Amino acid sequence: MKKRLPLLFLLLGLALVARSLLPERNKTDFDLAAFGRLPVVVNGRVKPVDTVARTALVVLQSSQSIAAPDETKLTPNEWLLDVLFRSSRADAYQHFEINHPDLLAIFSLTPADGRAKRRFSFRQLEPKIDELQRQARLAEPVEAAIRTPFQKAVAQLYANLGLYIRLKASMVAPDHQDFLSELLTYQKNVTAGVAAVRAKEAGQPYDAALAAQMMESGGRFSRMGELAYLLAVPPSDGESNTTGWKKVGESLLDSFPTGQINPAIMVYAGLARTWKADQPKEFNEILRLYRAQLERNFPQSLVKCDAEARYNSAQPFYTAMILYVLAFLIAVISWLVWPDELGRAAFWLLGIAWVLATAGLLARMWLEGRPPVTNLYSSALFVGWIAVGFCLALEYIYRNAIGSVAGGLVGFATLLIGYYLSLGGDTLEMMRAVLDSNFWLATHVVTVTAGYGATFLAGFLAIIYIFRGVFTKSLDKATADALSRMIYGIVCFAALFSLVGTILGGIWADQSWGRFWGWDPKENGALMIVIWNAIYLHARWGGLAKQRGLAVLAVFGNVITAWSWFGVNMLGVGLHSYGFMDSAFPWLLAFAGSQLLCIAIGSIPLAMWRSFRA
Amino acid sequence: MNLAVRSVRDFFVSLKLTVVLLALSLILVFASTLAQVDLGIYAVQEEFYRSFIAIWHVGGIFIPLPGGYLVGGLLLINLLSAHVYRLKLEWRKAGIQLTHSGLIVLLLGELFTGLWQEDFQMTISEGDTKNYSESFRLYELAVIDTTDPKMDEVVAIPDAKLAKAALIQHPKLPFRVATKAYFPNTTLARRDAAALSPAAAAVPVATRGIGSSVAVTPLPLTYKMNEMNVPSAVVELISDEGSLGSWLVSPHLGAPQTLSHAGRTWRLELRIARAYKPFSLQLLKVTHDIYVGTDLPKNFSSRIKLTTPDGRDDREVLIYMNNPLRYGGYTFFQYQMDSSRGQTGLQVVRNPSWLLPYIACIMMTFGLLLQFGLSLRAFIAKRRTTAKPAVV
Repeated sequence: MKKRLPLLFLLLGLALVARSLLPERNKTDFDLAAFGRLPVVVNGRVKPVDTVARTALVVLQSSQSIAAPDETKLTPNEWLLDVLFRSSRADAYQHFEINHPDLLAIFSLTPADGRAKRRFSFRQLEPKIDELQRQARLAEPVEAAIRTPFQKAVAQLYANLGLYIRLKASMVAPDHQDFLSELLTYQKNVTAGVAAVRAKEAGQPYDAALAAQMMESGGRFSRMGELAYLLAVPPSDGESNTTGWKKVGESLLDSFPTGQINPAIMVYAGLARTWKADQPKEFNEILRLYRAQLERNFPQSLVKCDAEARYNSAQPFYTAMILYVLAFLIAVISWLVWPDELGRAAFWLLGIAWVLATAGLLARMWLEGRPPVTNLYSSALFVGWIAVGFCLALEYIYRNAIGSVAGGLVGFATLLIGYYLSLGGDTLEMMRAVLDSNFWLATHVVTVTAGYGATFLAGFLAIIYIFRGVFTKSLDKATADALSRMIYGIVCFAALFSLVGTILGGIWADQSWGRFWGWDPKENGALMIVIWNAIYLHARWGGLAKQRGLAVLAVFGNVITAWSWFGVNMLGVGLHSYGFMDSAFPWLLAFAGSQLLCIAIGSIPLAMWRSFRA
Repeated sequence: MNLAVRSVRDFFVSLKLTVVLLALSLILVFASTLAQVDLGIYAVQEEFYRSFIAIWHVGGIFIPLPGGYLVGGLLLINLLSAHVYRLKLEWRKAGIQLTHSGLIVLLLGELFTGLWQEDFQMTISEGDTKNYSESFRLYELAVIDTTDPKMDEVVAIPDAKLAKAALIQHPKLPFRVATKAYFPNTTLARRDAAALSPAAAAVPVATRGIGSSVAVTPLPLTYKMNEMNVPSAVVELISDEGSLGSWLVSPHLGAPQTLSHAGRTWRLELRIARAYKPFSLQLLKVTHDIYVGTDLPKNFSSRIKLTTPDGRDDREVLIYMNNPLRYGGYTFFQYQMDSSRGQTGLQVVRNPSWLLPYIACIMMTFGLLLQFGLSLRAFIAKRRTTAKPAVV
């Protein structure tokens, strides 16, 4: 049994991965997955409806899981279908998260009125929307950085309500009984109707009823054109026209002179009718026909949308997170019992998790057509990936489970950070002009981020050194030497990556801003990591610090790296303004505090460490 | 070598000094980053890096720190003396030698950049041609002889000279220019004697030109990224026969003033300092792409026609983000754009030492790779001989 443990855990890990790759089970007769794969454009990118559904849910309520008031669970696509096509139901879904008690007071609600004590429905908020709007206007002139928590909550909820209302107007006219019938009537009458309106304007006799109907349709379409969140109508000339995507309302307005409604709009109206009337067969058939038509004009976009929808449902980083935790726990246990068997099991699990994370990163790179790091979210993924990569190498060399412990911990921590960063919305973002350079993203950004990863890893290895030394008897001389050498090796890589990455950043700045170095906060942050690694290396080479001192130094590297990674973004100044965030400031402080505590523990005289006590 | 000299040498050679200096630079960088929130980047560069002692204001407390010149200079000395006295030239140390040499190149590059780099901007509207760029911060008093309708003779006096309030004599001018008052940042308003603030009342009133009806209010210097200091000066022109009167000059005035003396006519204006180029750029077209359905910029580009008076260069170039034009020792970067008005803003940089960081980067990368590669090889060789055979 004991001998089979590594194999058992290996199979368990593989089973977890395999399960995540299986398509999601569909409880309804509607082909929800096919709907989720439909391409639309949001934020400048062609993406599957599935991504829209998931990110909208995450933005509204920080979670992808949602249930109807009668507690039936909904998939994100089912939820979106109701939002788009059957708002009478969606308005009752409790998906607006409100955490600020004063904000609830505006709506005369209490936490008890909400799902999970914090989520509320459109219907619950609707009566006081005017008051929310007034509060939002009051908050608006205040600079985002100095808003009170209440003002931030107001602005957030106001934006979320806007998102919901805009989503509702994306494919069919919201609050409309039968959009398809209206469109068909409109199409039948449009030529005569336009003539009637023209005649009216020219002061000639005209068909009053028809002209009024046209004016009403025009008003509705233009409201839809203003409101809609999605660019859902693909250009008729295929995917080479990347800027031709339109909102349904805009496309309908364009149809006045020609009388030709874009087929995609009829498809959406048809989907709306069949979804509302609970006609899965017809619903699926409309999807199938539309898909066949898209295949001709948008083959590549469809391939990517399909892959992205699969990526969404597989959630590779979520599975990797579980595996990292498992690897960490098993590796820690291996220090107590069965070091060989459990150590190997942890190594295998860590390996599977890392391969999965690699696949996830590659999938993102392919979807985006970009190097791995393009925003803060992907930097978290990459920091973890590079650190765990090093851990696997260390574990392969040393086989003392230290690499697995550190890898499990760093892998989990970075994916957790990534999870919180992903709550802001779609993580596959378009790059603004200055960043639109795959060469520099691939060189400067990747090396600097690798430097973050290596510096963090050195810090975590040092924490292991300190904790095992102070609190256990397990840090014998061989282990201490090995750990110390691991830290040194990783710091060497960290110094290399952060130095080269920082200079490359300077060269990029020279190319795009006209100066190599400008003491910008983000540049300073990178420089601080370089200097810190240099201090470590020189202190070691000069014999100025011994094992314990070096470990303490390495732990402080964590504080510096966290400062460079997130802290400088919270200052709200500088040119690297594409990664701003301030809500995580307390977390940053807490992290720095925890590291200082580790340093304090590490500074206890060696004679009092359990491992070195006589 | 006597004991004192030896101990001084040991001090400068020591690794301890290296570590202390590195730690001090870390604090300096950190402090300067925080200080940017209040001071802005330009003031921070002057205060923290182009200085020997920096004063860091935290709340109401002043913390003196060694400035960039001091720390950087000592590090350079420390590094150079370590190489002279401590680190021997040997293959084993080649990686460190190369890395440190790269660092020296980098530091020198920054020093030269600080000394030699000139920054200008060039704003061109579609269809317009320009053969000069303008400074970001510096001004000049332009005294332009417009008597000859075919050509203007320009004498430009830098604002720094005006600020020194010296009597300025130029061979091309039949009068001397004396500064009666100079204020580096000001606002102007219509002069209303009753409502003059004490600061504005203290400014001497110009006797000629529009200045006699204008009130000048001196302002404190601004360091904000999006604000400019706009100076004003009252200058007196003095010919051999005596004073011609005094003029208020300021970029705020908008239009130049004219004066006549000895049968010739001059235009007088305090304007943003210009640097003329031996070639000219004509803006053909600006393009501002956004991602569909968003206002996120995808690209800014300027199509430019580059010509030299001698006709040797006459071609079209495209300047866009991350793709500057390098020509004649200058680099032109896409800097700002107002596509609705068909206007582009180029940043113009002359930096003779721009290649040094590239060289430094290559040297340090290879140096570190060599150093760590050698360590890694030694480590692996050692493990081969001592470690037990691997079992997976």
